[in-house]
Amino acid sequence: MKLTVNGTEHEVDVEDDMPLLWVLRDMLNIKGVKFGCGVAQCGACTVHIDGEAVRSCQTAAADVWGEVTTIEGLGAPDALHAVQLAWLEHQVAQCGYCQAGQMMQAAALVAENPTPSDDDIDTALSGNLCRCGTYPRIRAAVKTAAQKLQEA
Amino acid sequence: MSRLGKIARRTFLVASTAVVGGVAFGYYAYKRPFANPLLDDLADGAAALTPYVKIDASGITLITPRADSGQGAYSVQAALIAEELDVELDQVRVDPGPPDPAYYNTALSTEAAPFRSTDDSFAANSTRGVMDAMMKFMGMQITGGSTTVPDSYEKLRLAGAVARETLKAAAAQQTGAAIADLKTSNGNVELPGGGTLAYTELASVAAKIDPVNSVTLRDPSTWRLIGKPMERVDILAKSTGTQAYGIDVEMDGMLHATVRTNPHRFGDVLGFDDSAARGMRGVINVVPVTGGVAVIADNTWRAIQAANAIAVDWGPAAYPPEMDGHWQALSDSFDEDHLDSRFRDDGEVTETLDAATEVIEAEYRAPYLAHQPLEPINATVLVQDNRVDVWTGTQIPRFVQSNVAKITGKDTDQVHVHVLMMGGSFGHRLEDRVVREAAEIAMTRPGTPIKLTYSREEDFTHNETRQIAMARGRGVVGDGRVQAYDLGIAMPSVIASQMGRQGLPTPGPDLQIVAGAWEQPFDIPHYRVSGYRAPELGPVSSWRAVGASTNGFFHDVFLDELIAAAGADPMEERLRLMWHDPSRKTLEAVAEMSNWGAPVAPGKGRGVAFCMSFGVPTAQVIEVSATDAGILIDKVWCAAEVGQVIDPIMFENMVQGGIVWALGHAMNSEITYADGMVEQRNYYDAPGMRLYQTPEIMVRGLENGRDVRGMGEPMVPPAAAALSNAIYAATGTRVRDMPMAKVADFA
Repeated sequence: MKLTVNGTEHEVDVEDDMPLLWVLRDMLNIKGVKFGCGVAQCGACTVHIDGEAVRSCQTAAADVWGEVTTIEGLGAPDALHAVQLAWLEHQVAQCGYCQAGQMMQAAALVAENPTPSDDDIDTALSGNLCRCGTYPRIRAAVKTAAQKLQEA
Repeated sequence: MSRLGKIARRTFLVASTAVVGGVAFGYYAYKRPFANPLLDDLADGAAALTPYVKIDASGITLITPRADSGQGAYSVQAALIAEELDVELDQVRVDPGPPDPAYYNTALSTEAAPFRSTDDSFAANSTRGVMDAMMKFMGMQITGGSTTVPDSYEKLRLAGAVARETLKAAAAQQTGAAIADLKTSNGNVELPGGGTLAYTELASVAAKIDPVNSVTLRDPSTWRLIGKPMERVDILAKSTGTQAYGIDVEMDGMLHATVRTNPHRFGDVLGFDDSAARGMRGVINVVPVTGGVAVIADNTWRAIQAANAIAVDWGPAAYPPEMDGHWQALSDSFDEDHLDSRFRDDGEVTETLDAATEVIEAEYRAPYLAHQPLEPINATVLVQDNRVDVWTGTQIPRFVQSNVAKITGKDTDQVHVHVLMMGGSFGHRLEDRVVREAAEIAMTRPGTPIKLTYSREEDFTHNETRQIAMARGRGVVGDGRVQAYDLGIAMPSVIASQMGRQGLPTPGPDLQIVAGAWEQPFDIPHYRVSGYRAPELGPVSSWRAVGASTNGFFHDVFLDELIAAAGADPMEERLRLMWHDPSRKTLEAVAEMSNWGAPVAPGKGRGVAFCMSFGVPTAQVIEVSATDAGILIDKVWCAAEVGQVIDPIMFENMVQGGIVWALGHAMNSEITYADGMVEQRNYYDAPGMRLYQTPEIMVRGLENGRDVRGMGEPMVPPAAAALSNAIYAATGTRVRDMPMAKVADFA
C-alpha cells in the first residue's frame, strides 16, 4: 500500500491491520513517533493525518485516509515550528519521551484554536500522559505557541 | 569549616593519558580519613584510564557517568565540569562513558549509613566514610538515591579545574609564557599579548606533561554557570523529536524480539505451545528465556502479536495469590520477632502510652505501585566471537556488564555497555531483567543484533514494584501539644529483594523500612519509630523515594492527626516541634508562600506536610476544594533545602513533576495481585495524573544547608501527606490509605 509521510510517498508491504505506529517506526525508520502503551492511553504515538491529531497505535495501516505528518515533518532543529520553539523556550522536556506526541497534539490545537483557554488546553491534551509531570510547562508552552502563531 | 577550606587540605592525585590524537584527564583519588589504602590502589589504576574530560583535535568531550532518565543529569554534570574548565555547554559533547569502577557513586553510600542527615557527629561522619570506601570497593556505578548532584558536586568541578590548569601548563611550555599570565575562556587559553590557543590544539602537548595536581576550586561568587538558568544539553533534540532513546536503536540486520514470562512471578514454565505463533507473518523463531518464551521477528508489532498467540502453562508463584495474604503478612509483622530497627527511641514512650487516659491510634496502608516510565523497557544486544555489545538505558551499567558476561560466557571486559538516553525511569532501570533476557535471546543468533522491546502489558504485569507497606501509630497529646509519638512501619525489604536479584547479600537492618520517618527533625518528648521487616512477598524495588515514598505519608499524616487532636495549628505545632534550623526554614517558606493562616474560602481546605528524605528537608502546603464533582487539587507550594540549586529551571521543573508524580499515584494508582498475577495491565488501570487534574505548583529552593543535595526524589514523600491533610481540613475525613480514590472522590 501507499503512504505519504512528511510529503514523501512510500510503498509498504504490510498487513492491513498493522498499526500506523509500527509502519512508521519499524518499516520506514521514522523514530520521532513513540510507542508508549499501544492502546491509545498515553498519546506518545500522536501524528497528524490531514492535520488531525490521531493515535497512530490505534490507526490501522489500511485505514490511513490522508497525508501523515510526524514530529519530523512539523519542524526540524534548524527550522522550528512555533510549538517546538515554545517547547524549547520553556524547556518543557524532562525525559522528553512523550513530548513529540504532546507537541503534535498541541500543534493541532493551536492550528484550530488560535487563542486556547486553560480549559481548551486541558481538554485537548489530557489524553497525553507525561510520567515526568511536565504539565505546568506544557500549559505555558501551548499558550506561548498560540501567541507566536498569532504574531507570525 | 568552609567547603573550600576542606578541599584545600586534601591531596589530589591526577593522571592524564594520551588518547588517539589527544589527551584524557582523570581526576582520581583524594585522601579520606577513613579510606582503606587497598581501595586507593584499586582506584589508581582504573581511574587513570577513565577520564571525565577528553580532548582531541575534533573537540572536547565531557564524561557524565550518571545516567539521564530525564532529570537533567547530563546537563548538570556537564555544567559542573564546564564551570572550572572554562568551556561553554554548546561547544562540548557529552558522553555517559563506559562502565568502570572509577565512576563509583560515593553519595549513595553516605545515605546508607544509619545516621540522620542532620547528624554531624564524629560517629556519623566516620561511618559514612567507611560506607564510602565500601561503595568504592564495589565500584557501584549507580544512578539513584538523588545522589548525582552530591556525588558530582566537588568531583566534577575538580576534574574541570585539573584539566584547565594542565592545559595552561601545556600552553606555557609551548609559548614560553608564565602560567600566571595565562587566562582561559570558551575552550581557549588566552595568551598575554593577545591571541589564543584552543584546548584542542594543546591536547597532544598536555598529554605528555605531568598534570597539575594542586588546584583550588573557584569561589561560588565567580560562577558563570552554576546556579543560573542554562539550556539543557538535550533540550533541542527533545523539542524536535530527534532525541534517540534505547528503543530507537536501529542497525543493519537487526531483528526485533519480545518476551512473555510467567505472570506468577518467578514461577516455573510447565510447557508452551508455539505452533500458532511460528506460522505468523514475520516470525523468525520462538526461543525459551528464563521464566518464559521469546519471539524473534522482523518487526516489533509482529513479535508482540505472535507472543500473545503462544499458549503457556504457568507454574504458581511463591507469594500469596491474593492481596489479603499480602496485607495479612504485613499485619502479622508488628512484633519483636520482625523488629528490624529502632533507631529512634526518645524519652519514655511505653510508659507514657501506658499511663495515658487517652491514646490516639491509627493504621495506614500504601499499595504496591508500578514505575511504568513511558518508554517501554528495552535492550539491544549483539553477540560476536570476542565481544558482546549492549545498548540500553540503565542506571546500573556495571551490573549489566557482569550479568551479560555470565550469560554469554564472555569475560567482563569483552562486554561493551553503551548507555542510552532513558525515556523516564523512576527507579525502573535499577533492574536489568530486560537486558539479561535480550542477552539470552541474542545468544541464539550470534552476529545478529537483537532488540528486545516489552509490550506495555508485559511491563505492567512484570514490574518489580514499589513496596507495599503498613503503619500503626499510637500517640498522646496534652496541653495543646503532641506529647508522645510511636510509629511502627511494616514492609518487606526493598533492598534485600532488589540486591537479591543481583545475587548480593544485604546484611543488617534495611534503613529503607524506616527512611522518611525515623530521622525527622522533630523534638517530641516521647518519640519512637520502629521498623518491622515483613517476609518477602511480591518482588519489590526502588520506586522514586523508595522507603520514604510510603513512610513520609505515614509519619506526617499521623503527626497531623495528633496535632488536630491537640487542637493546635498544623503549621505552628510542626514549627514548635522542629529543632533543625534549615528544616524549620522550609516550613517558614511554605507558610509565607501560601499565606498560611489567612482565611480559606468555604469548601476549601489546606494541609501542610514535612519530610526530610535523602538529606533534603522538604515542606509542602496543598489547597483543595471539595466540589460537587469531587476533590480538586487547586494549589501546591513547596520549599526544599538543597544547599545549592545548580539550575533553577531544571529544579523547578523536576520538583513540579515529582509532585505531579506523587499526587497522581496517591490519588488513583496501585498494583494488586489476584490469582498470583498483577491485575493492572495498562495505563487505564493506573493512570497517574493527567493535565486537567494538575494544580498550580509554586516552588522555592533554599540554600541554607551544610551540604549540596539532589532533588530527584525528596519532593515525593510529603506530597501525599499534604494532600491527605488538606482533604481532612476541607471535609473532616481522614484518608489513611492509598490510593485515596478508594475513599475520596476526585474531580
